[in-house]
Amino acid sequence: MNTDRYDAIVVGGGHNGLVNGAYLAKAGLRTLILERRHLVGGAAITEELRPGFQFTTFSYALSLLRPQIIQELELTKHGFLPLLMATRFAPGEDGEYLLFNRDHDETLREIARISPHDADGYEQYSHDLDRVCQAIKPLLDTLPPDLFSDDPEELVALAALGSRMRGLDKRTLHNAVRLLTGSAADFLDDYFESTLLKGYLASSSIIGSKVGPRSQGSGLVLLFHSLGEHDGEFGAWAFHKGGNGGFTQVLARAAESFGAEIRTEAPVERVLTRDGEATGVALADGSEIAADVVVSALDPRRTFLEMLDPRELPDDLVEDIRRLKFQGVSSKVNFALDSLPSHPELGARPDLYRGFMNIGPSIDYLEHAFDDAKYGWYSDQPYIDCAIQSTIDPDMAPAGKHVLSCFVQYTPYQLRESDWDAQREAMADRAQAALERFFPGFGDLVLQREVQTPLDIERTVGLSEGNIFAGELLAPQMFFFRPAPGWSQYRTPIEGYYQCGSGTHPGGCVMGAPGRLAAGQILSDRRRAAGD
Amino acid sequence: MIRTTPFHDRTSALNETGLWQHWSGHVVVTRYQASDKFEYFAVRNSVGIFDTSPLYKYRIAGRDAERFLSGMLARDIRRCPPGNAHYTTWLDDRGFVLEDGVIQHRGSDEFLLTSAEPNFAWFADRVGRLAVTVEEVSLDIGTLAVQGPRSRDLLARLVPSVGHLPFFGITTGTIGGRSVTVSRTGYTGDLGYEIWVEPPDAGTVWDAVWDAADGYGMLPYGMGALYMLRIEAGLLLLGADFDSSRFVFNDAHRSTPLELGWAWMFKGLEEDDRPFIGRRALERERAEKTSRWRMVGLVVDWQDYDRAYSEAGLIPPKDHRPVHEDWMVYDADRTRVGYATSIMYSPVLQQHIALARVRPDLAKPGSRVFLEFTVDHHYEQVAAHVARLPLYNPERKTA
Repeated sequence: MNTDRYDAIVVGGGHNGLVNGAYLAKAGLRTLILERRHLVGGAAITEELRPGFQFTTFSYALSLLRPQIIQELELTKHGFLPLLMATRFAPGEDGEYLLFNRDHDETLREIARISPHDADGYEQYSHDLDRVCQAIKPLLDTLPPDLFSDDPEELVALAALGSRMRGLDKRTLHNAVRLLTGSAADFLDDYFESTLLKGYLASSSIIGSKVGPRSQGSGLVLLFHSLGEHDGEFGAWAFHKGGNGGFTQVLARAAESFGAEIRTEAPVERVLTRDGEATGVALADGSEIAADVVVSALDPRRTFLEMLDPRELPDDLVEDIRRLKFQGVSSKVNFALDSLPSHPELGARPDLYRGFMNIGPSIDYLEHAFDDAKYGWYSDQPYIDCAIQSTIDPDMAPAGKHVLSCFVQYTPYQLRESDWDAQREAMADRAQAALERFFPGFGDLVLQREVQTPLDIERTVGLSEGNIFAGELLAPQMFFFRPAPGWSQYRTPIEGYYQCGSGTHPGGCVMGAPGRLAAGQILSDRRRAAGD
Repeated sequence: MIRTTPFHDRTSALNETGLWQHWSGHVVVTRYQASDKFEYFAVRNSVGIFDTSPLYKYRIAGRDAERFLSGMLARDIRRCPPGNAHYTTWLDDRGFVLEDGVIQHRGSDEFLLTSAEPNFAWFADRVGRLAVTVEEVSLDIGTLAVQGPRSRDLLARLVPSVGHLPFFGITTGTIGGRSVTVSRTGYTGDLGYEIWVEPPDAGTVWDAVWDAADGYGMLPYGMGALYMLRIEAGLLLLGADFDSSRFVFNDAHRSTPLELGWAWMFKGLEEDDRPFIGRRALERERAEKTSRWRMVGLVVDWQDYDRAYSEAGLIPPKDHRPVHEDWMVYDADRTRVGYATSIMYSPVLQQHIALARVRPDLAKPGSRVFLEFTVDHHYEQVAAHVARLPLYNPERKTA
């Protein structure tokens, strides 16, 4: 046994592991963060895959990051710099498009250009959604009450939750329930008539999830993606300087500034336990490191079924984790481009690309894309969320050249009678063909293409089945039930072993809330133990 | 009749918003495109270009120029050798600030002073028998600010001596075949330069910089972005953060340089025997500690700010657009202890910040005060702490 002993070891240097380790170190715990790969960041990394071209290999934008983390971990001192997205662009069929900029009135005029009805519909929709977000958002910073506990504190927390819901006005509560349980298409139909606008807005209802915009449950995904904020603006997104890898480097510097130690290329083989208590970790190289607290930032499947021997766990927990749905459906196809793509109507204006560009011209388009996935195949015409980060952060590509990050869906983890090693490039060809359709001549601009299928995401990052949220954002897998009934408060049945990954409440995206809330729980357990 | 600047053809071709404003009798761009915050980020992350021509400019030259200025300016101009510039101020004989500006020491007997308002008479009328000429050259020089982390790389390609120009250094060269002076100065608190050109050369110089910037992510920025940048940089604005003692009606609107936080300008005053206007009052203020205020930065407590709005059922607004008005500052006993004059939400600091005067005993960084906001049509005092200026001070600014 190594003589080194830590107060806490965090397994996994993704963004939640880094956040968790930073909070623990800030509280004075001697903390070690262990990362399997050669760089920290997990799925939020930036890699120079071609000289001068910085690729956001997986995750590529920021919104849900909890603002408390920015302040409490003093991230601005370490280079936190979320760059504003100036525009949003949604090309439609036959050269039609919606181009939004940061001027609210111009945005309304742009909508009125294709549908006068939808201009004030958009105002009403935005307002209604803001109200729901305002009501729901505090839950992102709250431990879910334990429904199955008789502890009076939990009952008080449950009552407080109920009382908060009762405090909402009828319409907001009803909208919240409709979003949490219903489909995005139904919700959007109440406000809009424009096919293109509905397609654009419905796109956030499917991100990373095996649902179509007409599926029950897509409302929840839409709401989830609206819960973020940028500089106080609900639902707004930003590109971090240097991509999301730039962001996780900021987190790493912050963690180290508080005294956390980060070790890369240090894969953990298993969590060591004795008599139902965690005692440390064993690394793949055979060495062991002792610690009072071990925190897993991995997804629930790995946290419970790989880091531990399932026989150490209660049967129902093992079964619940086995039942947890991952089924990743999204891929990344990243391009190095020789110059900006050209739209048939608007040309190659840089302002088209200073934010997200959305290939999802109608709800039908998205739903058809989903149809393919239902039967185990990737979309013939996929949904794509594009970002040319080099138009905002010129350090991402050489002068005049660009990097294009494409989030491509649907590409189900399980393929019918085939596998991703066989289909990787064919899938990317479909994505490229979709881009060609909306930006004729696109293919001529491509200098390099990099493809990350769900299988690659699983292999490289360790996210089971390539699910980007470390467990799907489905109602039965949220809040009280994330990742499993009775285990939503970051503890595990093994004393001293905690979970802090995106598979825990509130969920995925570069939010950091699981890492932060888990740290709060660990520290409060330690205080309680010290008081006993 | 409102004037246009020497760069007007270029700025108007780029102004997509149709928004203009007046500055010192010139029409200038408020913002070029829908978001001034996007323009601001060009300066903080890549490079921005700004037409700063409307400044007043005076050429002060002659054998006695340095001697003259050492009596007119409160900061010791003799410590600014040729090839350098100085941020300086000039006072009245009661020690109140008339104005601030940057002075360039261009040649052994030649200086160029910039100011926000007319000051010709103030200087020209005090030449006396010295061998000095004061010349109004405001309209004879166009000025282009090129600011941001990539500004050095960009300009060094055009004027190689820029590559090693120190903070507040001056050099000369040619851009687009036209003679220019380049100073490492600006109003953004970032790495940055200003290019000084003759008006007929302005378009050519702009074009040469614009062409060289291809691929640099350069954006033109307007007054909206400028005001954001300067507040983060702790750079005061005449008419917002202070007024000229000459044209106000009472001392409540006057400020001394010590009150404005410029004590650093007077390091070594004991060894310097210059008689300059305001010196005795300044020495008295220093000795007797009679300063009424001290200019500081305020950083608003984000939790308390969010609380004030959330309790009212509102989404806490985080508006980057600066407000140049008086905002009252209180201590923990709710006694008024100062006032803020510029306030904004800072995107790089991710907090609301303000430039404020507080009682000198509260000027220590970390002192807890309360800033008064209006929430739901009533006053709400929100916790804040005093912080040293500049609030944003990247190493690259002086490196």
